[in-house]
Amino acid sequence: MAQSAVQPTTAPTAVPAKLPVSAIAPWAVFFGILMLVLLYFVGAEQGATSLLSGENVHEWVHDARHLLGFPCH
Amino acid sequence: MNSSIVRTLLVRGMLAGLAAGLLALVTAYFLGEPRVDAAIAYEEAHAAHAHEHGVEAVSRSMQSTAGLSTGVLVYGVAFGGIAALAYCFALGRIGRFGPRASALLLAAAGLIAVYVVPFLKYPANPPAVGDPDTIGQRTTLYFLMTVLSVLLAVGAVILGRRLAPRFGNWNATLAASAFFVLVVGLGYAFLPSFDEVPKDFPGTLLWQFRLAALAVQATLWTAFGLIFGVLAERALAPRPERHTPVTHPATAAR
Repeated sequence: MAQSAVQPTTAPTAVPAKLPVSAIAPWAVFFGILMLVLLYFVGAEQGATSLLSGENVHEWVHDARHLLGFPCH
Repeated sequence: MNSSIVRTLLVRGMLAGLAAGLLALVTAYFLGEPRVDAAIAYEEAHAAHAHEHGVEAVSRSMQSTAGLSTGVLVYGVAFGGIAALAYCFALGRIGRFGPRASALLLAAAGLIAVYVVPFLKYPANPPAVGDPDTIGQRTTLYFLMTVLSVLLAVGAVILGRRLAPRFGNWNATLAASAFFVLVVGLGYAFLPSFDEVPKDFPGTLLWQFRLAALAVQATLWTAFGLIFGVLAERALAPRPERHTPVTHPATAAR
């Protein structure tokens, strides 16, 4: 009896409830863009395109860029 | 309420991405750096026709430690955040999978769509490989390939879910996977390729470098899937209040 009372919480078929798209969208837009900007600076800044002048960003993340698979130079 | 769950998952995704980034950093340092150094040694031995770095703005020892860490950790956090947001959409919409299984499936899909598919067409290159004159083209095509691959993966999942009621989960998954592979194959066939490996660049070094690059990503996404799965599960289902007394069958039977 005690076991059957425990079972519902560990049932393998428990599917999590959907989160409404309207609740996700604002986070997805704002943080999605922020994350893509971060990826741009790690992956491409001062390589193919430059927002900042010089070579310092490129040189600083040089090894990471090669090992993460981005075209570096 | 729902919005705060999204925020919690986002924060936990970025933390899981940071932790996964640390493990990927270990892989990158021990498997990748020796190959980067070997490739730079080759490049310097052929300095006459390689591109010149000029005055070193950042020393090699900084590039291989602090620089590498910055890049890999920022990458981990950024993809952790993006994956957590994708997870919010996927949760409960991709079939009968619990929070942990959903996280691992999402991480596997991320590894394939974000990295493996573009990698098979435009593989990672060590220093000394790649013509600086085509960097613009190669960067554009690499990002284009990544975006297409991710969109296609999302499309394949939606297609699979649409087909599932009619053909069953197994056949629907097969059909969606076949669709994904077919369109990726078309992309491979029609997008331009680059062969810019210097003639006498050691083949084994190129192979080892690319395997190391693949290992870095495999570490990152696997660790992310496992860590985020646990964190997400805890966020979604707060642990039951009664844990210790009920679970012991001997005392419970009495």
